[in-house]
Amino acid sequence: MRQYITRRLLISIIVLIGVSMMLYALSRLIPADYVTLTTSTQAKITEEMKDHLRDLYGLNTSFLTGYWNWFKSAIRLDFGVSLTYARPVTEVIGSCMAVTFSIAFIALLFEVAIGLPLGILAARKRNTKTDYIITAFIFIGISLPSFFFAAMLKRLFGFYGLNLLPTSGLLNPRILYDGFTLEKLKDYAQHLIIPILVFVLTGCGSWLRFTRANMIESLESDYVRTARAKGIPERRVVYTHAFRNTLIPIVTLLGASLPSLFSGAIITEQLFGIPGIGSTAFKAYELSDVPFLMGFNVFLAFLTIVGFLISDILYAVVDPRVRLS
Amino acid sequence: MNDNNDMLAGFASVEEALEPESFYEEEDVAEHQLFLTPAQMIIRRFVRNKLAVVGTTILVLMALFCFGVPLFYEYNQTEIFYLDKDTGEEIRTFDSEERMLNSILAVMQPPGKQHILGTNKMGQDMLARLMYGGRISLMVGFIVVIIELVIGVILGGLAGYYRGWVDIVLMRLVEIVSAIPFMPLMLIVSSLLIVVKISPANKIYYVMIVLGLLFWTSVARLVRGNILSLRESEYMQAADATGIRPWHKITRHLIPNTLPNLIVTATLDLGYIILIESTLSFLGVGVGVPYASWGNMVSEVADSIIMRQHPNIWISPGLCILITVLAFNFVGDGLRDATDPKMKR
Repeated sequence: MRQYITRRLLISIIVLIGVSMMLYALSRLIPADYVTLTTSTQAKITEEMKDHLRDLYGLNTSFLTGYWNWFKSAIRLDFGVSLTYARPVTEVIGSCMAVTFSIAFIALLFEVAIGLPLGILAARKRNTKTDYIITAFIFIGISLPSFFFAAMLKRLFGFYGLNLLPTSGLLNPRILYDGFTLEKLKDYAQHLIIPILVFVLTGCGSWLRFTRANMIESLESDYVRTARAKGIPERRVVYTHAFRNTLIPIVTLLGASLPSLFSGAIITEQLFGIPGIGSTAFKAYELSDVPFLMGFNVFLAFLTIVGFLISDILYAVVDPRVRLS
Repeated sequence: MNDNNDMLAGFASVEEALEPESFYEEEDVAEHQLFLTPAQMIIRRFVRNKLAVVGTTILVLMALFCFGVPLFYEYNQTEIFYLDKDTGEEIRTFDSEERMLNSILAVMQPPGKQHILGTNKMGQDMLARLMYGGRISLMVGFIVVIIELVIGVILGGLAGYYRGWVDIVLMRLVEIVSAIPFMPLMLIVSSLLIVVKISPANKIYYVMIVLGLLFWTSVARLVRGNILSLRESEYMQAADATGIRPWHKITRHLIPNTLPNLIVTATLDLGYIILIESTLSFLGVGVGVPYASWGNMVSEVADSIIMRQHPNIWISPGLCILITVLAFNFVGDGLRDATDPKMKR
């Protein structure tokens, strides 16, 4: 097991270096570089000053030296200063991460809590009305564009429609809360109902589909037939015998969804005015804030690789066969 | 997969035998079965799947709507319409200067006789934009899928066939590419394209190439996995024994046998990519104004007046996206069931 983890870890480091090289190459591709972009509005700046700035930022160096310098500072979590926010990139990411993470985490809990039981149910009652309804739900979940669904919900429940729920921001700006009270929590909850509904409905489909397909496969396997033949109660057959094997691929999916907890649905945050990392990144995009976008990209790439690593290790934990290869 | 084909043949004969009409009507059942190739059996099973047929019909109609109807439709996606200030009649050509001064933009007209779906914020015909927007979506889907198939099949095939260090290197490449965060990368690419001053009409081609370069990894994984398992099969050992060239082994035996899986993946990916393209266009990263795309048409919902009073402007493109993606998913699912020998439908 230790050997397996070490090997996976080494591979992850290689992959991380590969990704960062690709991203760095992309940032070097920009013809109008960082310095030209930041100084384009200042008339007084001379070519010499620009050259000096380029030296400072390491843009005059060759690709490999530039990458090495960038890599050294990236290890110290220094991705430079965001042009839009005039603060270090790491600080900006850190400040808006909590909001995004909590929303995505709550949504993920709901998705799993709905996806797994309903997926199992659909697999058990295959080709019945229940299965068809759940399958329809799957199809809509994976085909519905989230921005369109979000806009419809906003129109329906928001100020212009039934006026039931707030559709923008996280808190009612008219109320000043003193400390963290139950009232405040309620306000948060009210603001988050629609965004989380968007996440859950558009994200639930893949969980459902995955669980259903894997569960159908396990329910058809020989050992399940044996278990039934031995007279084990159906509940136990489904939830203990069959479900355990379904759990293995689900663990992988959970690991892979780690980056999505932090990437922030740019669209959802944008539409509902949630001050998370997604809307921050979009603002940075609109103002061509390349340092921020690069830092954000590397951060997400790192999370993706960690997600892969976690799911590989978990896979080896739950399925001992993997460790051998 | 050859084993699978045998299994398919087995199922078909069982099915034929179980089906009373064909059993009694056909004089020689055995002979009839012989002529049913695996491809024909897949088609039969596909046609029996109602959702898949509905999906195919929707896609055919959608393709006609987007590529055929504009040839006969009188309006163009970028034409701007005006109204006469006094009479309220629509103006398409200005015959005098006085008339030009007397006109206003025909913005946000309700659906009516002249414009079946009304006009948008710029005074352009909605129905025409819906057609041209659909063209973009379908075209992006197909081109991206072709790019990802070409790269994925070649690299996945090489990794699966040669194994060893080729496999190790290519699989690391797959991991690297799939670790690149998609949405933030698209934001960088888009800001790059803006800095280089690529026109909004051409931007989408670059976006297609980038999407293709990012999405080939799943295809490569699929092809590699399939080829690895095919290599172990007996008929491949037989092919090895005959001493045919590697290129022929790959093109004649391995790739045709991964084809059913590839077609299923390609169909499902088509829907997914259309969804992604519309999301990008919604954010302004994909197709830019004045050109239409379903995604950027929905983005007009940001205007609260349009959201409240003109649902024709943003709901119709949204529904188009939903229906098209849904249809691709129906077809993809139907194809998966039809090509899966385990399914008895």
